[in-house]
Amino acid sequence: MEVGLNHFLIVSTILFSFGLYGIVTRKNAIMVLMGVELILNAANINFVAFSSFGNFGINGQLYALFVIILAAAEAAIALAIVLNIYKTFSKVNIDEINNLKD
Amino acid sequence: MGIYDIIFYLFAAITIVSAAIVVNTKNIIHSAFSLLLTFFGVSGLYALLGADFLAIVQIMVYVGGILILLLFGVMLTNKITNVDIKTGVLNVIPAILGLGIFGAVLIFIVTSTNWHVEKLVIPKTTTSMLGNLLLTDYVLVFELLAILLLIALIGAASIARRDKE
Repeated sequence: MEVGLNHFLIVSTILFSFGLYGIVTRKNAIMVLMGVELILNAANINFVAFSSFGNFGINGQLYALFVIILAAAEAAIALAIVLNIYKTFSKVNIDEINNLKD
Repeated sequence: MGIYDIIFYLFAAITIVSAAIVVNTKNIIHSAFSLLLTFFGVSGLYALLGADFLAIVQIMVYVGGILILLLFGVMLTNKITNVDIKTGVLNVIPAILGLGIFGAVLIFIVTSTNWHVEKLVIPKTTTSMLGNLLLTDYVLVFELLAILLLIALIGAASIARRDKE
């Protein structure tokens, strides 16, 4: 079977489901961040696949580039927050951290 | 089955298997290193789609930046004497059921939709086209993203800074 648009979309769907599964089931905050990265990658595959197989020029790739930039900013901020949580509560399990203040 | 198809299935297998390892292993270090393979697989898929610049950016930013940042996060938020760094799990059975149904429905929608598909044209190089678009049609987005990155840098540094006693 010739590889077409559907194959790329199915790969990205599976990646998205795994990312969501990681976010829902993991307790450690950094594992949740890894799930978010998987989801962003799945979205990026969709952008690039539609950009290449549709006849839209190259705009989809540019949007994927913007998503990568936002992912970098998000990872930096989120890890700063996780470090602060660790400093305050000495743990990063998100099911045990249920108050905003000590 | 041509060489293109074989390479596609190879990269798809790398991506999906390593993503499965990322979300199923309990050792955080192992999942961080599996995430490396996932990013490489996705980068290969970009290259197959003709996005050569994006493939390189994926490796440089994700593997060189975000993954290192995540590993720093793992190392700084666990006791360093603790040899195996584990994560707990919760809601596994409902998550598998719900996301299995969700993924199946999504795959059904994707495969049953009649997408408008053109023939895949792989351009020689995308870098100059991306650069032209970035400074003509998307120049406002470009500038806003530059400001956003600066704000994120300052914000992250000021959040993570240790307070003076």
